[in-house]
Amino acid sequence: MRIKVDAEKCEGHSRCYSLAPELVDVDDLGNAFELNDGEVPPELEDRARLIVDNCPEFAILITEE
Amino acid sequence: MTDTADTRTDPVVDAPAERCPVHDLATDYDMFDPDYMRDPVPAWAELRGTCPIAHTERNGGSWLPTRYDDVQAMARMVPSLSSLSPLVIDLPDEIADDPATGFFSGYNAGAPISADPPVQGWTRRLLLPHFTPKAVEPLRGYTERLCHELIDGFIDEGGCDATAQYAQQIPPRLIARKLGIDESRGNQFTEWVRNAGELGQLDPELRVRSRKVIRDFFHSEVADRRADPKDPKDDLISALLESEVEGEPITDEMVVGMCNLQLVAGIETTRSSIGSALWHLAGHEDDRRRLAAEPDLWDTALEELLRFYSPVTMGRNATEDVDYGDVAFRKGDKILMNFPGANHDPEVFDNPDVVVLDRQRNRHIAFGAGIHRCAGSNLARMEMEVALMAWFERIPEFTLSDPDAMVWSGGQIRGPRILPIAFG
Repeated sequence: MRIKVDAEKCEGHSRCYSLAPELVDVDDLGNAFELNDGEVPPELEDRARLIVDNCPEFAILITEE
Repeated sequence: MTDTADTRTDPVVDAPAERCPVHDLATDYDMFDPDYMRDPVPAWAELRGTCPIAHTERNGGSWLPTRYDDVQAMARMVPSLSSLSPLVIDLPDEIADDPATGFFSGYNAGAPISADPPVQGWTRRLLLPHFTPKAVEPLRGYTERLCHELIDGFIDEGGCDATAQYAQQIPPRLIARKLGIDESRGNQFTEWVRNAGELGQLDPELRVRSRKVIRDFFHSEVADRRADPKDPKDDLISALLESEVEGEPITDEMVVGMCNLQLVAGIETTRSSIGSALWHLAGHEDDRRRLAAEPDLWDTALEELLRFYSPVTMGRNATEDVDYGDVAFRKGDKILMNFPGANHDPEVFDNPDVVVLDRQRNRHIAFGAGIHRCAGSNLARMEMEVALMAWFERIPEFTLSDPDAMVWSGGQIRGPRILPIAFG
């Protein structure tokens, strides 16, 4: 699985970082970006789906299942 | 244990004496109706089905969207819906137009919460680095110690007012610590912002007077630092005084405005979320015991409690005549960003009126949406997490000891203002 944060949509809620700091980080302005080129280890796939489903800006996408 | 006498002198609670009953929510909703403040969920559900963007002439007039998609869309209608006056009730024209008092019609200069682009953008970028998850993390240890000290103070009493003795004691001290001002004045800061906000909504003179007190206080704090600089690492006021935009320092007036924002936006909001969560868990044994048994649930549970009991409604004003669907906003109209109502929309949330501690799909907008997303949301989330987890560590079993004594605030910020809890 692979995820991507759309920087244009992200408004820095940090919900993804709070739920899955292994998958995303945030910059100084709070904007999120994916770690490890967005690659999601199998044991974190549920967490990846959780952060997609919790983003108020619809800014996180699963780009590869 | 609970000073119920306080409610009798509270103008918000007293006001219903002269209140006209609501006959039609769609044309006459009342955000200060005691029933609505206690439980607004049925009113939102009715409006979503009959008139999803309601209007009232009460309190200067306003529009109330109740659907998630509408609130999300309106939060992005920048600049046609302006944030210059984000309160849910504007000051009366005679005060707003008077040069001596009109300054207080918005928040203050320099605060992104009461600005539109481009000022909103650069002022916000000055604040955001101080409120990232990593920037607030160093305050976690202090917050834990504070919460345990507060619990030490009442745990042997067998009960407490969980708002006055706990929830209300946490955010003002955190904000004070962040700003570098006197933490021991926490209760005074709370009183100032309550007068400027909750009570000041319906009492414009109290609102203006209280805002002046806050502004004068921060002017004095700024002057002290100009005379005797402090380490900007531990003192947001000093950090802001040193910051530059395009090579130019920002004015003292702007720093005062940003400090004012910390106080008015960082106290009543977070204490409401902590209090609402404790109210819910005191009254819902299944959720309380499940959280005590499964602490791994806290991360989704916090977001769910934020969704269900979202405290904050923000105001916008139309800068021009603008149509939204079949509704025509006129220039100057007040439009309420009903984030709490949006978070109960069944089109977006399964079983929206039930707390589901491990809810999977939860794109709640308790902290707003779009460019005005709450700049302090990471601090608020950390405070809420620490406050609730410390409480559960010490007091895993608790119930409402006097549900009839419970008092909710409403309007801009909804949360418990009296919350009697029994332990064990």
